[in-house]
Amino acid sequence: MTLALVGLSHHVAPVALRERVTLDLDGAGSLARSLGDAVCLSTCNRTEIYLEGLDEQVAVSALEQLAGESLDGVLYRMQEDAAALHLFRVASGLDSLVPGEGEILGQVRAAYEAADPGPLLGRVFRQAVVVGKRVRTQTSIGESPASVSSAAAALAAQVFGDLRGRRVLLIGAGRISELAAANLASRGAHIAYVANRTLETARELARRFGGQELELGDLGRALADVDVVVTSTSAPEAILRPADVPSKRRAPLFFIDIAVPRDLDPAIGKLDGCFLYDIDDLEAVVAETLELRRAEGARAEQFVVEEAERFKSWRASLEVVPAIASLRARAEEIRSSELAKVDRRMSEDALRTLESVTAQILNKLLHLPTIRMKEAAVTADGAEYADAVRYLFGLEEEAR
Amino acid sequence: MVEVLFWPALVAYGEAAFAYATVRTSRAATWGVRLGWLAQTALLAAQVIGADGDFPWSSWAGTLNLFVWFLVGTYLIWGCRPRFRLLGLTVMPLAFALFVVARIGGGTNSKASHYGDLFLVLHVGMLTAAFAGFTLAAGLAALYLWQEHRLKGRAHDILRMRLPPLASLEFLAWRTILVSLPLLTIGLAIGVVRQSRDGGTFDERELLTLVAWIVYGGFLAARPTGRRAACLALGGFVLVVVARVALAGSHFT
Repeated sequence: MTLALVGLSHHVAPVALRERVTLDLDGAGSLARSLGDAVCLSTCNRTEIYLEGLDEQVAVSALEQLAGESLDGVLYRMQEDAAALHLFRVASGLDSLVPGEGEILGQVRAAYEAADPGPLLGRVFRQAVVVGKRVRTQTSIGESPASVSSAAAALAAQVFGDLRGRRVLLIGAGRISELAAANLASRGAHIAYVANRTLETARELARRFGGQELELGDLGRALADVDVVVTSTSAPEAILRPADVPSKRRAPLFFIDIAVPRDLDPAIGKLDGCFLYDIDDLEAVVAETLELRRAEGARAEQFVVEEAERFKSWRASLEVVPAIASLRARAEEIRSSELAKVDRRMSEDALRTLESVTAQILNKLLHLPTIRMKEAAVTADGAEYADAVRYLFGLEEEAR
Repeated sequence: MVEVLFWPALVAYGEAAFAYATVRTSRAATWGVRLGWLAQTALLAAQVIGADGDFPWSSWAGTLNLFVWFLVGTYLIWGCRPRFRLLGLTVMPLAFALFVVARIGGGTNSKASHYGDLFLVLHVGMLTAAFAGFTLAAGLAALYLWQEHRLKGRAHDILRMRLPPLASLEFLAWRTILVSLPLLTIGLAIGVVRQSRDGGTFDERELLTLVAWIVYGGFLAARPTGRRAACLALGGFVLVVVARVALAGSHFT
């Protein structure tokens, strides 16, 4: 029973190649089941096939068939403990493009559930999910945002707490605006208005988020009705100044200016209850949080190594288990045959006592060797101990 | 017996005061708060038993002991969460220091009070609980001002060293005051009734407490938001501190 991994990821393969071998969950599950004891993990950053007791070549062929070309020099292969360690790092988000991203843990779990793997793969994937969860709950690696748009949403949450029901005004309907809006919306905010120089573009984006389009001239009216303002126009000068901001507001107003040149007069940030972040501020915040992710990554690696050690111990213990089982079976066989010789000469009570006593003697006698063998299994001596036990008690001959 | 219970409470509060310093140890700090508060609860119960059911906290030191219990208890209910670590870093050293002062002043023994008056028990109990609430509200308001300052100043580590959101801090401070003001009102009313019964005179400490009551009452009535609310909560607290320090000098003698 061997564990092997064949795959490619963002580390070694360009997106043009990765997209050809990427499968959806159903496709990955089907591929894994067609190979046998296998799990196929396919995300936008990687496609990896984990195999239990199968020839690696079947996975190579499957991936090359998907790619439509030879993958020599692109595929990586790992076996046994190295494969397990890699999976644990993947599940923990440590091998991801953005260290600590959390989506991968769900993808690992889904890949495992979509396949029909054997006990070894079952064990290693369950452990991967455990260590992934541990990394997420016991480190803060995934807490901090890794992009400007997610940092903007996280900063808004620092002001308002829960963003559910908070109203957002988007000024500019470009790609960056859309990303920021998506991040805010994913936290429950409502994109209430989209304002743009071209009203048609605003209408299209507003429809996507369930908001309403707005003329740039109507900004003053909308400002009184929103909590968060995101601007990303290509206007050559500021489109909002302190005088445009309603002065009698009870709730704070959070401005995110991701345009260059800036859309908002910096003096807005000095108004009472107003908070203003421009692109430089957001990038500085992201740089700081990525630093935090890297620092937390070191702790997460420690958890991964611990889990890999546990897997290694479990694998090693498997080597001595058959020897322990044979030894116990042999001892039980001797006990039963000796008891059979005396059972006609003894009363039922005496026989019951004798059975109990001999069983206890056997258990006590075998307890220490069993423990010692399991301990030895964790070290490199496990196989030697198992061989010694088989030799000393004649278990090999019996097996033959 | 009573004195024996003081030490575990003090050690647990001390542990919490230090453990809140880092994110990694803040969980241990929370346990320190919980265990310390339980130990202090046992201490208070033992004090009551030792005083034959009399009120053992009518001295300034005894009241301080009770104040610490209310303060930590309120913190346990409102703010004992990982994201309120910095509030814990403010509250727990204060609780630790005041607890030590209470012991030095003899407030943690079971000496019976020379008052056997139910009015006084309620008066002291209510006012102490209210003061504890106002202290916590002031801590929340201070945290609000600091967080607002960091957000306004666009601190780059704003997401690295996360404080509770402004909205949460504002709401919690308001809610703490909402609970504390009725206690202050009842405590004051009982004091006034008792004073008129015994023929006492209205002193400047009571006047100051009354002003604090007006400030907090105005706070609840107007429900200001943002920096204004935080400043008002802190202003009320300054009055409470002055009244409290002044009370220690005269009201108990």
